[in-house]
Amino acid sequence: MKQNSILERLTNGLIKENPTFVLMLGMCPTLAVTTSAINGLGMGLTTMVVLALSNLFISLLRKVIPDKVRIPAFIVIIASFVTVAELLLKAYIPFLYSALGLYIPLIVVNCIILGRAEAYASKNGAILSLFDGIGMGLGFTCALTIIGAVRELLGAGELFGYSVMPESYVPCSIFVLAPGAFFVLAALTAIQNKIKRIGESKGRDMSKIQSGCNSDCMNCHDSSCGSRKEAVEAPMEDAENPKKAADDLEIIEINDDDDLKEDTKEEAKEGKEEESND
Amino acid sequence: MIKELLIILISSSLVSNVVLSQFLGLCPFLGVSKKTGTAAGMGTAVIFVITLASAVAGAIYKYILLPFDLTYLQTIVFILVIAALVQFVEMFLKKFMKSLYQALGVYLPLITTNCAVLGVALTNVQKNYGILAGIVNGFATALGFTIAIIILAGIREKMEYNDIPESFKGMPIVLVTAGLMAIAFCGFSGLL
Repeated sequence: MKQNSILERLTNGLIKENPTFVLMLGMCPTLAVTTSAINGLGMGLTTMVVLALSNLFISLLRKVIPDKVRIPAFIVIIASFVTVAELLLKAYIPFLYSALGLYIPLIVVNCIILGRAEAYASKNGAILSLFDGIGMGLGFTCALTIIGAVRELLGAGELFGYSVMPESYVPCSIFVLAPGAFFVLAALTAIQNKIKRIGESKGRDMSKIQSGCNSDCMNCHDSSCGSRKEAVEAPMEDAENPKKAADDLEIIEINDDDDLKEDTKEEAKEGKEEESND
Repeated sequence: MIKELLIILISSSLVSNVVLSQFLGLCPFLGVSKKTGTAAGMGTAVIFVITLASAVAGAIYKYILLPFDLTYLQTIVFILVIAALVQFVEMFLKKFMKSLYQALGVYLPLITTNCAVLGVALTNVQKNYGILAGIVNGFATALGFTIAIIILAGIREKMEYNDIPESFKGMPIVLVTAGLMAIAFCGFSGLL
């Protein structure tokens, strides 16, 4: 497929760089509004409209906006479209407006939108940016609808409000409550880890797959974020070293068996290294 | 009055905990919870910023947006005010309060896009809280965040030495932990 064509942009957002399943961005709305498939669909489509329009306008204005104030300028553009979307939903789809509530204005801080503005729209043409937004938005919509459908199916035995499970099925209502969201996402990231591991063992490049929130939302749109991350992690490491001796002492106290101690320590080290690699 | 504020304090910090039942501020919750020390630092910074932001946002809403009938601009105004406020606080601390800056400085830029800050400002407006009630709500929400992140960091420190299934290492096990914590926090709903 031709690089940077309209079709390529659409499939890129939908599959190759799916914001939820592959990049793991924008987890707050993903968890909060996916109590049912219809809520997920509504949230996804609202985000898609905002994303596509803000991408289009940011791309059109990319030569006008000075580089130093680009982030505030992007935020104002995004916030304007979010306000428009909010007022439209309030007027025409009131049930969705009340179901999504606070999370509609919070689309402003969804890192997918600022991330695309910074990574794509501020560097590419208007039409391509528009379709990049639509592709990313579609990917987000599909992901939210799928997660919402799974949670609704397990938690209420329904799909889009229609009862689909046999009568004997007892709904496991924890899946529509807050804890269920965490468990569903945990399963999702575990599957992602597995796929990544299999891919890596076959020698494929899996660096695209990441857990966005593993570090922080700031990562995805702010270029200076690498230094920020170092700034956060450096004092942590400083604090670690003097404590290490104390940690070792504690382990000896807990585990009488020396071999066990060695094992656990090594595993912990490995785990740490893996995390820092992420 | 005192009773109302107390109810806001308990319900915002425990019953409808900002991360565990409203899913706001998940990124720092999952990202900066590897060590209890850093988690406590992040929590303190969040308390500081959210309390201040809800005071400023509440005042702007009451004295500027309401009188001029501009309430539809609230999202735009709040996000800009919060971003500017965080920058300003960072500069102020750097200049005048060196020790506090050293303790909180690195966390401040991370808070700008923390959706909990904007979320609290919007909730205050939605629930028609006055400025004082808004500040209490902001403080309580941030306190709830701090409680949750410190507990999670404590559990994660212990988990480093555990034998976790290969695929669940890293994020998944943290999310499972957060889910179990959310179940525990569901128990607080009987408080009010």
